[in-house]
Amino acid sequence: MSMRDYSLLGPDAERATETGLAAAEWYHTDISRKEMKDLMKRADQPAIRDTVLLFGAMVLFAGAGIALWPSWWSAPFWLAYGVLYGSAMDSRWHECGHGTAFKTRRYNDWLYHVASFCMMRNPHTWRWSHARHHTDTIIVGRDPEIAVMRPPDFARLVANLFGLVDAWNAVGRMLLNAAGRLHPEEATFIPETEHHKVIRVARVWVAIYAGTIALALALGSILPLMVIGLPRLYGAWHHVMTGLLQHGGLAEDVIDHRLNSRTVYMNPVSRFIYWNMNYHVEHHMFPMVPYHQLPRLHETIKHDLPAPNRSIPQALAEMIPALWRQLRNETYFLERELPATARPYREDFHATALGTAAQ
Amino acid sequence: MTQWIDACATNDIDEEDLVRFDHDGRTFAIYHSPDGEFFCTDGLCTHEQVHLADGLVMDYEIECPKHNATFDYRTGEAKRAPACVNLNTYRTKVEGGRVWVEV
Repeated sequence: MSMRDYSLLGPDAERATETGLAAAEWYHTDISRKEMKDLMKRADQPAIRDTVLLFGAMVLFAGAGIALWPSWWSAPFWLAYGVLYGSAMDSRWHECGHGTAFKTRRYNDWLYHVASFCMMRNPHTWRWSHARHHTDTIIVGRDPEIAVMRPPDFARLVANLFGLVDAWNAVGRMLLNAAGRLHPEEATFIPETEHHKVIRVARVWVAIYAGTIALALALGSILPLMVIGLPRLYGAWHHVMTGLLQHGGLAEDVIDHRLNSRTVYMNPVSRFIYWNMNYHVEHHMFPMVPYHQLPRLHETIKHDLPAPNRSIPQALAEMIPALWRQLRNETYFLERELPATARPYREDFHATALGTAAQ
Repeated sequence: MTQWIDACATNDIDEEDLVRFDHDGRTFAIYHSPDGEFFCTDGLCTHEQVHLADGLVMDYEIECPKHNATFDYRTGEAKRAPACVNLNTYRTKVEGGRVWVEV
């Protein structure tokens, strides 16, 4: 039985509010206003380039997959297409949700809606959910986007590498919303004025999926679903892997992103898929900085941050044993060590959490 | 009863930028638009009470630094979620190189 209640309607939600963890003032590294303005500056060009590349590659891979279908020679193309659909769209959903990917708002909004559809995340629900994630990052009972709860459910994590739990839940939520209702937890973070938008999008999506399934039945082939829908499953592994690394095994209930978020150096392909969200401490500390400026932000503030993990394998090798240990001791977590040049953690405020960190 | 308050010098704010101004227990944001005009709104985002002074001014909009909500600072209109409630706006005037705000 977990000591924690991750529900947004449970006792930990009340406790977070009572103890001042909810909507708290978080730690920020000092940066001059002039430099921050420069870092925050928006541009269309990098995201247009990346979007043309992304959709161009998707058309090519899907085209090759269709041309070679049903031969097994089509498999590598579907795997590549799937990662772009079921993982790269996660980062596009994320960046465009923040409104930082493009300078032009309608470009952000367009890609946000396309990516939301691919990821099966209602664009209105998840805009509010992600706002809460940034207000109360990994605060138990407040953050609706905690990917690894304690004790970790490894079966769920492995199933989600193939999107099974997330997609199943997403379909249920889409049908609920299409029926004109919101889940009680959704109602805690979505204003009533936005409810009709959630419902309208869910109904459009149900129609699209119904049309795709109807086409598959008419053709007697799952090919249409290989293009729409199924890639959310067979291409999910990359976004789940990188997503778990964001906060997995780190502190809960702290108000310093250096304690609960992880920056990982990654190869260029993963960085393209993930749109630089491997600089995750930096992103949480300064969410206004566009993805293409995160490497520069990292260079600017790294003196004040824990050393980044050196690669995806190295980060996984750090995180997985910590999660395993949390099976037996759910108070255990990894405390990131700060360099000598950094301002120290507020030990007074975080005494309870830090007292049980890894030795 | 409103009164005109001396808030800052005109050259305290770069064009297309803002500063925070606190007065009488309240906090405001004063903006210098790209065409050289000055505007004033409440200083806190209507979504979660974050200071807008750390945000980004683009043309005639201010973007909140926490959740990227945007407002038209000339009218206070909330333009992008998660903000749904408009900001209050206040009249400004420039005299002798100073920005005055009616609050």
